[in-house]
Amino acid sequence: MHTRRTVLAAVIALVLCAPAFAQDKSIVVASTTSTQDSGLFGYLLPIFKQATGITVKVIAQGTGQALDTARRGDADVAFVHARAAEEKFIAEGAGVKRYPVMYNDFVLIGPKDDPAGISGSRDIVAAFKAIQAKGAPFVSRGDRSGTHQAELALWKQAGIDIEHAKGPWYRDIGQGMGAALNTAAAMNAYVLADRGTWISFKNRHDLVIAVEGDKKLFNQYGVILVNPEKHPNVKKEYGQAFIDWLISPVGQKAIEGYKIDGQQLFFPNANVPGA
Amino acid sequence: MHDGSSALALVLGGDPALYAIVWLSLVVSVSATVFAAAFGLPLGALLALSHFPGRTAVIVVMNAFMGLPPVVVGLAVYLLLSRAGPLGSLGLLFTPRAMIIAQTLLVLPIIAALTRQTVEDFWAEYRDELTAMRIAPLARVATLLWDARFSLVTTLLAGFGRAAAEVGTVMIVGGNINGFTRVMTTTIALETSKGDLPLAIGLGLFLISLIVLVNAAAWGVRRAGEVRAG
Amino acid sequence: MRPPVSDLPLVLDAVSVVTREVALVRDLSLTIEPGAPTVLLGPNGAGKSTLIRLAMGLIAPTSGRVTWGGRAESDGRRRAMVFQRPVMLRRSAAGNVSYALRAAGVPHAARARRVAELLAQVDLAPLAGRPARRLSGGEQQRLALARALARDPEVLFLDEPTASLDPAATKAVEDILRAVAQSGVKIVMATHDLGQAHRLAGEIVFMLRGGVRECAPADRFFAAPATPEAAAFMRGDLVI
Repeated sequence: MHTRRTVLAAVIALVLCAPAFAQDKSIVVASTTSTQDSGLFGYLLPIFKQATGITVKVIAQGTGQALDTARRGDADVAFVHARAAEEKFIAEGAGVKRYPVMYNDFVLIGPKDDPAGISGSRDIVAAFKAIQAKGAPFVSRGDRSGTHQAELALWKQAGIDIEHAKGPWYRDIGQGMGAALNTAAAMNAYVLADRGTWISFKNRHDLVIAVEGDKKLFNQYGVILVNPEKHPNVKKEYGQAFIDWLISPVGQKAIEGYKIDGQQLFFPNANVPGA
Repeated sequence: MHDGSSALALVLGGDPALYAIVWLSLVVSVSATVFAAAFGLPLGALLALSHFPGRTAVIVVMNAFMGLPPVVVGLAVYLLLSRAGPLGSLGLLFTPRAMIIAQTLLVLPIIAALTRQTVEDFWAEYRDELTAMRIAPLARVATLLWDARFSLVTTLLAGFGRAAAEVGTVMIVGGNINGFTRVMTTTIALETSKGDLPLAIGLGLFLISLIVLVNAAAWGVRRAGEVRAG
Repeated sequence: MRPPVSDLPLVLDAVSVVTREVALVRDLSLTIEPGAPTVLLGPNGAGKSTLIRLAMGLIAPTSGRVTWGGRAESDGRRRAMVFQRPVMLRRSAAGNVSYALRAAGVPHAARARRVAELLAQVDLAPLAGRPARRLSGGEQQRLALARALARDPEVLFLDEPTASLDPAATKAVEDILRAVAQSGVKIVMATHDLGQAHRLAGEIVFMLRGGVRECAPADRFFAAPATPEAAAFMRGDLVI
């Protein structure tokens, strides 16, 4: 009876107190649901591991949450798509440097029968105005993600104070891109999505692309190493190796090579100044 | 895109990635149940047998904690284990160990509360005899737990069921990392959010079948034991 | 080695047990001496069970005191009790006896032999491996006796041990008790069965409504009860 108890206590102690193996070859990357749900990481990371032997563990959250995770030191690298938030992150000293990696664009998804009458338009701001004017159902991510921040910026550009102008037509769900698309499909509503997730999304029902191609829908991704001075546990060599690979010609070519049904999802632009 | 039949084929077809996910789910939930039982069985039994001021309040709170929202437990453990938190230096966040810890906390009240009720009922029956035989308090705990073992199997199954079925805790403290902390429930959530509903349902049915299997096995063990021990 | 301490004479001195509004036992005094079995006789509700529990040390009196061999504190190591409905542990018959032996401090090496002896003494040897909960009522009560005897008691208390048993089972239990009494164990037994009192008692303590009405050697009590209530009880009247 006593030996059993001692063994049990020992096992418990081992499980709880043994620290994670210190320098195993892995990093934690806080990224967004759009990069996960589009399948990009499933494609890229094995290539990276093959090249460097480094395992990348991806936590997929909204941009806001991903940057918070990085801020807390629970990730080594942040890979998100909200430039303003990223620059703020650097400014407060939480990150070392922001590197542009790739872009895709947002598309406005909507029901086939187009209640707001905007289908085929290339003017996203006008489309937003029409949606609000007609009270057409609209699903918002509501989760401080890059997509959500882009959506809020567009409302602003349309001159609409969405906080006060929203009515029952505006469905703020507080979830990731996949969940938002599911909800929009079920509600037959408009939703702003990144093209990558849309292409790989399987539950479309009656949704189609309503508006695309507007320059304002440009969606830039950046990667940042978490500041090791703030969080000594950050694996800076491996983290930097990941960043360097992403922006290297090899990494950029890999990103370019990711296709679904023959369509390219993300466009590498690490060497474009000011991206 | 998965339709019903290809999803079923994928689920049953021996995909090693899927089996890794299933294995991790079982390891996490079974471990959590075992640890929760290690603390919860004696805790519940001791509570059943002892009397102290505030006992009723403790019991009420413990019963209430059977319904702890998993996502809240996940959040609390996350804040504890985060690098910015008090136990951050352990480096446990986003690992299976963190998931086990969090699920143990989730399951512990269930096991303790149900054990307390069971042992209290048994104590009412056994009190005279055990007192007449002058059994010491700790020995009473052991005797009652052992004699109540068949009822306690159900308690353990309730705990395991809770652990195996929940997604909120493991999602937050595990991070649903592909190949490391992805379990069945988080996979179902992920596939749902990717819109692959047939696959999500297929996995869901598989998960339910697993839980049924575990319950059936426990039932078999219990029956065999009952036949042997009366 | 210290000489073993005795729990006898067991003295209850003006004890009362009062719960909420009911007095189970009121201002009761009784001395239990070593020797032939003492039978507590009386109708239901007389306080026999309460008296036994007091003497066993299971409950404490709300007033008055109990002393064992002159001592107010006794660890009860050599007292044992059998209840009207025994509770079997969820293990075999032998397992139950072994449990009692262990609780009584018998070392592991000696236990197996003692289990066999005790089971033989209560005539349950062939059922040693049977799950105790699947024994018949009479067999369970004999097993309870074996558990009690495992403590090598100086005093054996029994609270209506055969009230739930059929005549054959009752006889089996009484035969064992007779043999136990002859081996020197002091038996204190509560019963409302006159016949059983006849068969087993050396001394009768007649109880009614929480008090002792009469206390006399058995043959004198049965020949000529001193109190009208005792006489009425023996006639078979309902004594209220």
